[in-house]
Amino acid sequence: MAEQTPTEKIPTVIADDVDIVYRVNGTGAGRGTATAALNRILRRKQAEKAAGVRKVHAVKKVSFVAYKGEAIGLIGTNGSGKSTLLKAVAGLLPVESGHIHTDGQPSLLGVNAALMSDLTGERNVYLGGLAMGMSREQIKERYQDIVDFSGINEKGDFITLPMRTYSSGMAARLRFSIAAAKDHDVLLIDEALATGDRSFQKRSEARIRELRQHAGTVFLVSHNNKSIRDTCERVLWLERGELRMDGPTEEVMKEYEAFTGDKKPAPKKPAPKAVVAKVNTPQPSGAEASLPS
Amino acid sequence: MSQVLHTPPPTPAPAAEDLAALAARHGLSVSGARPSLREYVGQLWARRHFISAFATAKLTAQYSQAKLGQVWQVMTPLLNAAVYYFIFGVLLGTKHNVPDYVPFLVTGVFIWTFTQSSIMAGTRAISGNLGLVRALHFPRAALPISFALQQLQQLLFSMAALVVILLCFGVPVAASWVLAIPALVLQFTFNAGVSMVVARLGAKTPDIAQLMPFVLRTWMYVSGVMWSIDKLTTKEPHIVRVLLELNPAAVYIDLMRFALIDSFHADSLPPHVWAAATGWALLAGVGGFIYFWKAEETYGRG
Repeated sequence: MAEQTPTEKIPTVIADDVDIVYRVNGTGAGRGTATAALNRILRRKQAEKAAGVRKVHAVKKVSFVAYKGEAIGLIGTNGSGKSTLLKAVAGLLPVESGHIHTDGQPSLLGVNAALMSDLTGERNVYLGGLAMGMSREQIKERYQDIVDFSGINEKGDFITLPMRTYSSGMAARLRFSIAAAKDHDVLLIDEALATGDRSFQKRSEARIRELRQHAGTVFLVSHNNKSIRDTCERVLWLERGELRMDGPTEEVMKEYEAFTGDKKPAPKKPAPKAVVAKVNTPQPSGAEASLPS
Repeated sequence: MSQVLHTPPPTPAPAAEDLAALAARHGLSVSGARPSLREYVGQLWARRHFISAFATAKLTAQYSQAKLGQVWQVMTPLLNAAVYYFIFGVLLGTKHNVPDYVPFLVTGVFIWTFTQSSIMAGTRAISGNLGLVRALHFPRAALPISFALQQLQQLLFSMAALVVILLCFGVPVAASWVLAIPALVLQFTFNAGVSMVVARLGAKTPDIAQLMPFVLRTWMYVSGVMWSIDKLTTKEPHIVRVLLELNPAAVYIDLMRFALIDSFHADSLPPHVWAAATGWALLAGVGGFIYFWKAEETYGRG
């Protein structure tokens, strides 16, 4: 962030040499056979790999310090460990080695898992709010705001219908509205801006900015380069679980776009096809890389 | 994308200063560390509304797609009892030994189902809700407790049906019915405790969920759900009978029968039955809670 105080900046999140490893059961050769299973039970540790437990090293030796008032974007191609890192910062996923120190309790903007599609939107607002740790009174107070923000009732009284009857866009809007109803210290946002129609996206971005003012630090994961540029001053670029770059948004984004082939690194030369082929970076279709997922 | 294969080495991390020291200087705490037992109880208490709302939501969602809706809350246990009556009462003729066989059987089935489904739900409390565990902060014990609470609510529906059955079969309303309340409280504590134990086991080894039905079925047959342990074990040594009668499921079933059915006298109860019921509840409740808490920070690892 530009506003660096002359005194020392206050860190809110410190990741110190963090490794995160997923273990997946039942992969590898002979996964279904009785001998493989027996092997797995008898020789837990030594035979982990042989018995079909695969380790996925999702985040490798990542270190960074985030300071109060920063909005940090996390970028990288699919499967590069962005969401995993966020979950570890939130304290929801145990780290294999290293430490994550935080000031207060970082919270992930996401209540999807607590909601039940068989219940009405109204009951889901309460359930989601309680799951995020709000009190019944707080939810009651904000209930109308949440419903209005989601715009669910714009086309009739839908909030009293079960959520399974909603269109995917409507459900996504309600989920975001519930999640964004709470104020957070350190806020972690994972792909939340890509939901809903254009007018809802604008409202969401405004709400994110508002949340940022309350939150000490905001992390944003997105494949939408524009929303990263709009919201963040600093960007961490993860690739294959490793931290490739950490710096001011424009600097990192330029490199990243060159990497994904989104935009040319240098000013575009009016070149025939043959010359383009000589350029070292291959080019996937530009749209593919910038699509928000 | 092919260029992923030719990535240059990452830029060195900004670890100029010792990061741990920096964190300590600013009083940052380690993310995702296990809270002390006292803090944990406090957090759990703070989430009590979530626990009850989650349980009720699960219960309501269960039959929301069915045409008859919530009627199934009562129908399911009744149909269960009818099946057991047909097999054990009519086909095997167990009922000749037992006075008031239908109330006896239905009470047994309902009370057993409460323990059984709490434990079954417990095995999948963490492993079946990884999405929730990985998305939100809350003391994880909220999940098994919430599932046990859902089963308690389910049981209350069944109890309403049970009262109707009791009255239909001419069992008089008695003051001893009040004893059903402490018996249920103790049983709930026991169930929640066992749920937490199997939740931790199931989080580490999901295979437990496959194994559990067999364990539970064996347990059911030795607990006197459809027959009277008292009447069937007259030939066995005394110790076998006492052991069978002191197993927690049998204790809670017999207590409920004693409370509700007038022909089920105190002499059918094992010795020190309330002490046994309280002992099991405390052992499972406190022990299970501490056992579950010990692994709090590891839940959610894939």
